[in-house]
This record gives sequence, C-alpha cells and structure tokens, in this order.
Amino acid sequence: MPDTRTRTRTLVRSPGLLVSYAVLVFALLAAVAPGLFTDQDPIAGVPAERLRGPGAAHLFGTDETGRDVFARVVHGAALSLWATLLAVLVSLVAGSALGLLAGFRGGWLDSLVMRFVDVLQAVPSILLSLALVTALGFGTTNVAIAVGVSNLAVFARLMRSEVLRVRTGVFVEAARASGVRWRGVLGRHVLPNSLGPVLVLATVTLGVAVLEVSALSFLGFGATPPTPEWGSLVAGGRGFLATAWWMTTFPGLTVAAVVLATNRVSRALDERGEA
Amino acid sequence: MTRRLLQAVAVIWAAFTLSFVILYLLPGDAALNRLGAAEGGITATPAEVAAVRAEYGLDDPLVVQYGKRLWAATHGDFGKSVMTGDDATGLVFDALPSTLEIAAAGLVLAVLFGGGLAVLGTYTRHRWLGNLLLSLPPLGVSLPQFWVGLVLIQIFSFQLRLLPALGTDGFAALILPGITIGLPTGAIIGQVLAKSLRTQLAEPYVEIVLAKGASRARVHFGHALRNAALPALTLVGVVAGNLLAGTVVTETLFSRDGIGRLTAFAVNSQDIPVVQAVIVLSAFFFVTINLVVDLIYPLLDPRLAGRVTRKAVAAGA
Amino acid sequence: MSALLEIRDLAVSYHTRTGVVRAVRSASLTVESGQIVAVVGESGSGKSTTAHAAIGLLPRGGRIEAGAVRFDGRDLTRLGEKQWRSVRGAGIALVPQDPTVSLDPVKRVGEQVAEVLLIHGLATRRTAPELAVALLGRAGIAEAAARARQYPHELSGGLRQRVLIAIALAGEPRLIIADEPTSALDVTVQREILDHLAHLAAESGTAVLLITHDLGIAADRASHVVVMSEGEVVEQGPTAAVLDAPTQPYTRALLAAAPSLAREPLRPRREPGPEVLVEVKGLRKTFTLGRNRTGPREVRAVDDVSFTLTRGRTLALVGESGSGKTTTARMVVGLEAPTAGTVTFDGHELSTMGDSRLRALRRRFQLVYQNPYASLNPRFSVEEVVTEPLRAFKVDSRAGRRARAAELLDQVALPVSTLARKPAELSGGQRQRVAIARALALRPDLVVCDEPVSALDVSVQAQILELLVRLQSEHGLTYLFITHDLAVVREIADQVLVMRHGRAVESGQADRVLAAPAHPYTAELLAAIPGADRVPLG
Repeated sequence: MPDTRTRTRTLVRSPGLLVSYAVLVFALLAAVAPGLFTDQDPIAGVPAERLRGPGAAHLFGTDETGRDVFARVVHGAALSLWATLLAVLVSLVAGSALGLLAGFRGGWLDSLVMRFVDVLQAVPSILLSLALVTALGFGTTNVAIAVGVSNLAVFARLMRSEVLRVRTGVFVEAARASGVRWRGVLGRHVLPNSLGPVLVLATVTLGVAVLEVSALSFLGFGATPPTPEWGSLVAGGRGFLATAWWMTTFPGLTVAAVVLATNRVSRALDERGEA
Repeated sequence: MTRRLLQAVAVIWAAFTLSFVILYLLPGDAALNRLGAAEGGITATPAEVAAVRAEYGLDDPLVVQYGKRLWAATHGDFGKSVMTGDDATGLVFDALPSTLEIAAAGLVLAVLFGGGLAVLGTYTRHRWLGNLLLSLPPLGVSLPQFWVGLVLIQIFSFQLRLLPALGTDGFAALILPGITIGLPTGAIIGQVLAKSLRTQLAEPYVEIVLAKGASRARVHFGHALRNAALPALTLVGVVAGNLLAGTVVTETLFSRDGIGRLTAFAVNSQDIPVVQAVIVLSAFFFVTINLVVDLIYPLLDPRLAGRVTRKAVAAGA
Repeated sequence: MSALLEIRDLAVSYHTRTGVVRAVRSASLTVESGQIVAVVGESGSGKSTTAHAAIGLLPRGGRIEAGAVRFDGRDLTRLGEKQWRSVRGAGIALVPQDPTVSLDPVKRVGEQVAEVLLIHGLATRRTAPELAVALLGRAGIAEAAARARQYPHELSGGLRQRVLIAIALAGEPRLIIADEPTSALDVTVQREILDHLAHLAAESGTAVLLITHDLGIAADRASHVVVMSEGEVVEQGPTAAVLDAPTQPYTRALLAAAPSLAREPLRPRREPGPEVLVEVKGLRKTFTLGRNRTGPREVRAVDDVSFTLTRGRTLALVGESGSGKTTTARMVVGLEAPTAGTVTFDGHELSTMGDSRLRALRRRFQLVYQNPYASLNPRFSVEEVVTEPLRAFKVDSRAGRRARAAELLDQVALPVSTLARKPAELSGGQRQRVAIARALALRPDLVVCDEPVSALDVSVQAQILELLVRLQSEHGLTYLFITHDLAVVREIADQVLVMRHGRAVESGQADRVLAAPAHPYTAELLAAIPGADRVPLG
C-alpha cells in the first residue's frame, strides 16, 4: 500500500508528530492500565513523606498528605480522558445529527435548528456548561455532558455547511440525474463526503474538551476528593504554590502536553484531508 | 438595521428561554427547593417553604412560571439570590466594573500579542524566526488557563515578588489577570490571523501587486493584512463577547471580585437567579459586540457594503 | 538589433513535499522590441512557468535550475529583490489569466492602477488618481472616472481584465507578459480584449509575450509562435511558417486537434429525422434573486425557447455565459422546473409528471457534465461510478453489473483495469470517458452533454468528440449538446440553436447557420472565433 508508506514517511519527517502520537498512546495506556506506570497508591498517602520535592522516589514529588503526585496524575488519566471522550461524543453525535437534519431537509426545519444553534453560541460555552452543571449537579459525568452540549453548536454548523456544500456538488446532482433515490444520495454521496471535516473538528475538540473539563474540575465541580482528576489536582496544589510548586506544575504540564499532542495530531489529519 | 436589532433582541430572549429550560426544568427538586427556601427565608419551616413556593409561583404550571419570570426579567428582575437574599440583578451589576477592567485589559493584550505574532511571523524573511513565532499560538491554545495563571503567580508574586497574587484594587492587580486572559485569547487570534494572512498571500491578486514592482511591505501591509483582517475580526467579536464569562477561572484564581467569581460562587450554591442573570447579561454583551462588528465589516470589505451603508448614508443625510 | 527578451536553455523545477517536478526542461526563445510572440502549449507544457520565470514570480517552491533570462541586456536570474522591483511594472508587466481573482477585492480599481504610478515614482499622490483615470480610459473603459471609484466585484470579468491591462500599461513597460489573458472570458469579449491589447501594444511599441493554449489566438495575433510540450520548446518561428508548414509531428497533431482550426466536420451533417424525441415549447425560467424595494428581483434566465430534437441527431445549444443554455438543458432533463412552457420527451410531458414517473423516465435520458473533476464522487471507484445507475434501477445481478461495467469501459476505450481505480488517479480526459460510460450504462435514448470538452486540453477534446460521434452511430444516440464554442458545433452538430440573454436568436441546419448566419449576433460569434480568418467556415 503506497498510502501506508507515505504515512510512515510523514511520521519520520516530523518528529513532533511522532512525539505527539507517543504522548497520546501513553495517556491512553495510563487510563486503561495505570499499573504499568506506577505501583504507588494514589489515594492513601504516607504522612511521613508529605510535601517531598520531585526525586527518584517520587518523580513528581508528594502532596500535603504524602501521596505520590505522579501516581495521582497517572490514575487521574482514566477519569479525565473518559470525561473528555464523553464530552466530544456528545458534541459529535448530537451536533452532526442536528447539522445533517438542517442541511439536508432545509426549509423551516433548517431555520429552527440554526436559530437554536445561534442561541447556543450566544451564550459563552463555559457559562453554558456552568448552567448545566448547576442544573444537573456536580460530578465528572455531568461536567462532561455539560462541556459536550456547550460545544455542540460548532459541530451542527460545520456539518450543515458541509452537507450544503456537498449537496450542491455536481456529482450529487449527477447521481440524482441518473435516478438514484434521495436516501441513496444521502447515504452514499452526501454523508461520506461531508464527514471528513467534521471528524477533524472532533479531534480539535478533543483538546478543547480536555481544557474545559479540567477547568471545571479545577473550579471544583468535577470529581469529589480524594478521587484524582487532572484539573482538581492543580486546584489541590493551589494552597501550596509558595512551598510545593510541583503539586500544580506537573499536573498542569500533563494537561498541556496532552492538549498539545491532540492539536498536533488533528492538524496533521487536517492537512492530509486538504492534500 | 432594524432587522439586525430585532434579531439581537430575539437572541437575548432565546438565551433567557434556554437558561429557563436548563435551570428551572432540568433539575431535580434540590435546587428549586433551595430557591424556595431563599425566597422565603433560610430558616423557613417546610410549611412556610410550601407557602412561599406557592407565592412565588413555583407550583404554577410551567408556562405560567415562564411567563412570570420573563415578564419580570424584562423589568430587570431575575429574582433574589439564594446566597445573600439580595436582588440578583443588583449583585451582577455591582460585580460588572471590575470584570470589565480585566476583560478589557485581556482583550487589548490578546490583540497585541496575537496580531503581532501573526503579522511578524508571516512577514519575516527569516524562515526560522517565522516558524518560531508561528509555533507560539498553537502552543498558547494548548495551555490550561488556570495553570498559566498559577505559573504567573508563582513566578511574579512568589519568586520575584513584583506583582500582587490576589486582590481587586489598583493597576498592579490588573496585570497578571490581564495576561492570564490575554495569553490564550491572543493565541486563538494569532492562529486565525496567521492562517488568514497565509491564505491571502497565496491569492492571485498578490502576484499582480508584486508584478507592479511593489515591495513585500506594501504587499503585506497594504493589501494582504486588510483582506486577512476580516475573519480575524469576526473572531475578535466572538472572543470579546465571551470574555465576560471567560473571567470565571481567572477571577477565582486571583480572588478578584467580579462577574466570574460571582458565577463560580453561584454555581457552587446552585444559586439559580444569579446564574440566569449572568447568562442573560453575557448574551446581551455578546450580541451587542457582534452588532458593532457587523457595522465595522462593510468598512473593511466593500463587498459587504451594499444595503447597510446606503441606508446609513440615507439616514445620515 | 539585440533582443528585448532572450531566454536561453531555461530549466525550472518545483520542489514540493512529495518530490521535485521538472516543469521546464529546456526552453529558449527571444522577443524583439514591439513584437508579439505567442507561446502555445497544452496544460503541463511549461509555458506558464516559462512566462513567470521571466518576471521572477515563480510560485512557491519554483526554482530556476539552469539557463539565463536576459532582458534589455541584463541577466534577470541574477537580480536581487530590490533590483527586481524596478524591473517589474516598469520594465516587464503581467496580465494574468483570471481577472476575477487578480484584483485586490477591498480596494477601488482606480487606486490599484494609481499604485503602479506611485511605486515607480511616475506620479505624486495628488496627480496619480487623475492619471489612473486616463489609463483606464486608454484601456477601453467607458466613464473611466466613475469606474475608478468602483470596487472589483462591481465590474464584469471583461472590465476587470481591462483594469488589469491598465495596470500593466501604467508603468510604461517595454514587455507585457499576457498569461492566457482571455481564457476565462466569453469569445466576443475575448476578441475585444485581445484587439485592444494588440492595439495598445502597437501604439506604444510594447512587446507582448502571449501565453495561450489556443492555436487560433496565436494565429490571429502573433508574428512569431513558440510551441511547447512537456517542458521543452518543440518548434518555433514566424507564425505563418509554423502553422502552414509545421516540421514537428507534435505541432501537426496540435494543429489537427485545435477545434478552431479544424477543417472538416467529423461526420456528414444530417437533416432532422422522422421521429421527434424531444419537443420544447415556449420554455421560460425566472429566478428570484433576493428582493428590493419594489418586490422580488427577478432574472429571466430562459425566455420563450422552443425547439425539436429528432432521434439520432445532434442539436447544439450555443451561447455565451448567461445565455440560458445550461438552464434550458437542465429543464429538458427535469432537474429544473420550468416557470412556463412544456418539455415533451417521447410523448411524455415532463412538467406535469410526478416524481416517481419522472424517476422512471430518467433511465432514458442521461447527462454528461462540463467538469469531470467535480462530477464523479471522489470516494467511489470507477466501477461504483459506472454501475451506480444500474444499482439505482436494480438492473442485473452484482456479477452482471460488473460485466456491464467492463463492457462500458471498453466502449469508451478505457482498459478494464480502470474499474478498480479512484477518479483522483485519472486524467481529465479519462474521467470524462468514465462520465460518458456512466451516462450510457442504462442504454438511454438521449444524452445531454453540458460543455463536455471545455475543461479539457485541445488534443483530449478532439478524442472525446470523436468518441461521442462514434458512440452515437453505434448506439443510435440522440445528443443535446451545450457549448459556447462554435468551432465545436462545426465539428459535431446537425442542428444548431443560438441563444443570447435567455432568448433563441437563430436556429437551423448547422451548415446554413455557420455559412450564412441570419442574425448579427451569430455573425459576431463566428467572427470572434480565433483563427477564423485562416479557415473558411461551413
């Protein structure tokens, strides 16, 4: 397959992309099997070893109750990433469905859906998710759903414009002119050709969702302590800025690294789509 | 123009409705009970709460409740705060000035930082410098804002002891929160403007300008930048419209009074009237800024002028 | 006398991520002062790259690998950025291919002309606007003072090209490079623009390097012709010598393929047949484009058009852009509903027909589109494309459809191995063959061809036209052929209908209309065909 070969060549030529893939693989492994990376307990601390700086025994140092920060970051991956995926899934599924409906059916349904999307976009996404959290209650799942809903509008818009673009395409008309029924046109022509950019948006949104989910849990609306989660880990270290910089720095860097890696990968996917 | 104004009002109304649906329809009784308690007094007995619920119409059919709340909202009344028992609208307006300060500071920094990087990064003749400058915005959008703020506090307040880590008063207290908001926002602006500039520089008309014998500076600043400004301006509109609520994290971080911190508190105590007042105010803010952007658009792009300016001219004459 | 422009053994390549493309391998040519030299070639011949190398504006990744470009005695390949700036605009100017995207959309056109004067210090801020208006006037723009205050989007394509000519002339250059300056314009506009450009060049003694794919244009305009193919100059010399007695086989093939110079119809013309297949009566189509104060703004795209098409014949609908020819064709195949009038296909009236009956009737008429790049689903394999109509009408088993696809590819002269490929892997001509195969899949009676060759190179055009003619006689097909090109009509049409602004201005047997046009507009169209003077029509 020439395709695989060019793909490998692209990877070798851009080490940044390679590193990004590696970061994501590590993050996913940590979420699935944290035991691979650490055997220390993320919940129960060793009081004698409280507020130790980073070193051989504790890669990221320890917190105020003597818990290993690295272990907490590793064990936090599962919750943080699950919330992120859930959020993106909510936006992707609900948003694309709305956009597809609006774009393909048109008429009053289109206007209705698009006005709704306008309103979703007029309320800042963090505020929208905060309102949803107020209503649904605190907790990681609710935070994820809230973030998902607050990002749904962009998906609806993109899906709609893609459907409109593809729908007016000559090859779609050619199919119609040769007698293909509308369901065939939608399923075999419109949907496959408009899905690409939407999936790229989904990967971009992964990064955004990591940031938003961790911001909400930083504000204290996510996981209840002592369950580790990246945003709340940073929040937990806030009181020790002057004495234990590692408590905020490493969890923060972890979030940054994951987002950076996701963005790099989604950019690569986008470029491949354009080429 | 009338059409645009009506649309703007419709969006604000829809934001009210959306927040009503989310806040009054979705929850279990917990939040609503708190609301009933607040409006009747914290120490109310269950019987009193029930009486108050009835009085405030919480037991009315939803349509009636919605009508009453909407009618009150048009008069600036969103109900009383659960936390303090004060008028929610009053709380929001008290918090507004200090938020406007850091929002404005953040926006100015964002435009300078994002615009500067994009323009310099695409203009410089040195490839490595361009690559370096243009790699900053993607980096900037990847950093968690709350973490950036903490790092700034760590460096400038605790290590260097230059700037205050907390507080609302004085210009010095404005700098770190301003940077915290400006950095990620500027990164977004920088990314979009740089992409847009690159697109414009590849347009065929640029070749004609070069064929005239124009310098790179003329091509860049005389032609490409103005064409590239359009998508960036749209983005600035959206970003600015979102800034009011974007202060939630920053104000919490720096313990600054303002809309953001008020919102965070309100969400924490499920203070529905305050949350709704903030949502409607933000929607108003968003819609107003985007109306202004719509008015600027035709000045930058004559293709969009058409009706709007002709009517504006007629109205002015 | 030394040459004004002298290109010696030029080699240019493009360095892209996927590798190095050698666009120009070895090109040499000279342009004397005041001369018009045409560089002719098909897409990929390197003609445009050569021209851009001469003004130092190669696209990104383009690099001059070898050779010299001498202008007025100076080697341009050694110039620095600053020196180049004094040459561009004042020494060598450029008139681009597509006027619709070549002006800055947010600046007034007068400003864009004045910019040249300011750059080269030919005027001050105060005098420049007035001089710009004068230049626009010289470029043939009426009411130049008012036009100068307009923005590009307010002008037609032809007017924009005149603005670009004014820009090119502003710096009083000694050489103008015109890169396919009229290929995006209608033929009648094309002729006016070229006339004007030639006139201005002669007046000011400016030389022109004219890049074109159209041998007819070269024949009409240039004193010397340079023929390029695959990055090399194949043949060059005085126009008459090259075109009348070409020494190279490639030049001969190009001449034979050029529709504007073709001498013979591909098949004897036939009178209308006995059986009427399509009858169109009083067809109208009105589009609503937004509203203004007095109500909806309407455009009459098609206005009272009637014709009959008999079985086995080819009717050409001819017109320039905006003539309504494509809208008419779309109404004939039921893709657009007429505002008034009727379309009758083999006794069935389309406009009163329900969706399901119309769909059933679609088996009998098929469409071939102008742009084979857009008309094939990029995700489909060629087999899926060709068999889609069969699937839609549940014709045959899977294996049967596969066999039919192979047979269809054979009919359009593509190897069976093409079945597994994706459209992106095929050339434009191959794609158009696939589109034709798709149209034939259901064995239709009528094939509507909407400008099927205008997106293709001339040699490919000729092959596709021959294919269409062969298929017609093999399968007894009836063609409704939409084109802007009377030269194509001459090759394949039996009957012709000339349209302008939505109305039919003239119709009849192709021989008669081409030889003795009754309407002045038809005559104008005929006169505008490049190379028309060289060949008797009819």
